[in-house]
Amino acid sequence: MPEINLLEAIRQAIDEMMAQDERIFVFGEDVGRRGGVFRVTEGLIDKYGPMRIIDSPLAESVIVGACVGAAMNDTRPIAEIQFADFIAPAFNQIVQEAARIHYRSNGDWTVPMVIRAPWGGGIHGALYHSQSIEATFAHVPGLKVVAPATPYDAKGLLKSAIEDPNPVLFLEHKKTYRLIKGQVPEHDYRVPIGPADIKRPGEDLSVFAYGLMLHYCLEAAQALAAEGVSVEVVDLRTLRPLDVATIIGSVRRTSKALIVHEDNLTGGFGGEVAALIAEHAFEQLDAPVLRIGGPDVPAMPFAKPLEDAFMPSPQKIAAAMRRLAAY
Amino acid sequence: MAVSITDHAPGTADAGAELPATTLREMFRCMVLARALDERMWLLNRAGKAPFVISCQGHEAAQVGAAFALTRGKDVTLPYYRGLATVLVMGMTPEEVMLALFARATDPNSGGRQMPAHYSSRRLKIITQSSPVGTQIPHAAGVGLAEKIKGGDAVVWTSFGEGTTSQGDFHEGINLAAVHRLPVIFQCENNEYAISVPQHQQMAVRSVADRGPAYGIPGISVDGTDVLAVYEVTRRAVERARRGDGPTLIEARVVRLTAHSSDDNDRTYRSPRELQSTRRSDPIARFAAYLHEHDLLSEAEERELRAQVAAEVDAATEAAERAPLPEPESLLNHVYAQS
Repeated sequence: MPEINLLEAIRQAIDEMMAQDERIFVFGEDVGRRGGVFRVTEGLIDKYGPMRIIDSPLAESVIVGACVGAAMNDTRPIAEIQFADFIAPAFNQIVQEAARIHYRSNGDWTVPMVIRAPWGGGIHGALYHSQSIEATFAHVPGLKVVAPATPYDAKGLLKSAIEDPNPVLFLEHKKTYRLIKGQVPEHDYRVPIGPADIKRPGEDLSVFAYGLMLHYCLEAAQALAAEGVSVEVVDLRTLRPLDVATIIGSVRRTSKALIVHEDNLTGGFGGEVAALIAEHAFEQLDAPVLRIGGPDVPAMPFAKPLEDAFMPSPQKIAAAMRRLAAY
Repeated sequence: MAVSITDHAPGTADAGAELPATTLREMFRCMVLARALDERMWLLNRAGKAPFVISCQGHEAAQVGAAFALTRGKDVTLPYYRGLATVLVMGMTPEEVMLALFARATDPNSGGRQMPAHYSSRRLKIITQSSPVGTQIPHAAGVGLAEKIKGGDAVVWTSFGEGTTSQGDFHEGINLAAVHRLPVIFQCENNEYAISVPQHQQMAVRSVADRGPAYGIPGISVDGTDVLAVYEVTRRAVERARRGDGPTLIEARVVRLTAHSSDDNDRTYRSPRELQSTRRSDPIARFAAYLHEHDLLSEAEERELRAQVAAEVDAATEAAERAPLPEPESLLNHVYAQS
């Protein structure tokens, strides 16, 4: 199996799906000749032409809104939001349109589309190139929200997202694009939207994460193993629909839970996971449920000391694991 | 690309001569039917049987004229909440309209989920609408983009009020359609009010059509109370779109004969004199006079047509009232489509 990075895995997924299904097209800023600012769509315009790899005007609402319309006219759009931080102008089109059209038409219309958005910090992106947007959108019924952490999952989940008859927000952590490499089979495969994945089995405590934080948690778990603590690391992968059974099953085995995300803590996705654990695994708990998230400041600053202070790190995560293990 | 502002859109005489008498009478019937349904809905609202009504009264000529230039079953429409006459021409039945008014389970628009006048029918290629205004304009551009990608020749038609032209989605959607020469017709039904806010507080241009050239497309202003004039400008826009020459922005100047909705009282912001003069621009009276004048419809035939329409509205109302309400358990259906 060849080893590729997460960005290449995403490009392969788009390329292989477009080769099979001529209804699929990509629509976003700079996706054409430039190949996207991260180069995810590099080379695809030569293969599929400018009618299927389309440079959009610099306007996020119409990037999503036009894809909503196109999806209702028998095509399969992949919208690219250049940075997740720029998704706000498209909020109405995503939340009130894409996510509600099937429901509001009583099942008559469907909106099969993917919205890809690079998210997350730790890359000197400052306030407007570092944001986490998952909690806001995972709140919305009718939308699916996917946040893969590995090349294998990214490729398999993106293929599932493109085939899904519903709008899927596909979150790609920018720092994982080239940093995270992994083996990806050459044959055609899917990773289904929904199930979480236990990336590291353990016995003493459960940690839940997604995106870059999954890797920081794995690193911290490795450190804890040397100290004799066995940490189970669960990759949520899909935030909506959420794999409640895997979360609860893990906590019932280990009796301790930690949730880690970059998004600021208050109203973050960790609150939902913690509530589910309190509701369904209260009697198995041996310690308070802990959360690690970014501080409640508006967004991640540019200067390195400020960015480092914002970001959860493997060291901060390991410290929380130790507290939990010792409880 | 030819870019022009046509302030002198063709009048009734240009188009009327070309259409067969049966078509002209059918256009009239659709206008009368839309009015009769609309008036009945207000009565039902005032009788406490329908919580909410929003009107197309005064817009019938603009909608019927435009929709007759489209091809039913092929072209795609995205009509806004005043589009009752539009959807009737595109094939929605009076009973289906009434099912939406009463929020019945069998309402094809939304199964009783949306407020009335949020039209939708996949069968009729009417794309579902929401309440935040203007969101359908990027959708229309996207439907046109897909049509171009697929190599099809359907035309996309969308409507909205002049207040909506202040929204970003108006700009973004028209701009995209213009850049890619998409087969989309943008019809602004300018009744001079966005609820209570008059046009001069909405925009500094005299006509919404003035904005067409800013996007590199024709902007045409037409008397929207003249059904045949609207038919003619739309027919030309449809030809242009099907040829691959791109979108057209049409401003149909109409009158709003009612308050914004059943929850509004327009006497708080329109003078009695203005309300009187608005009545004199009734598009249905205007078209009736034209048909009489050209011996295309006698007064006896008009009375008979109106009686038939009234019977149709009665039957639609009774059938819809008898239809079942949605079951509470159905609340959870259709959150996600199943693959």
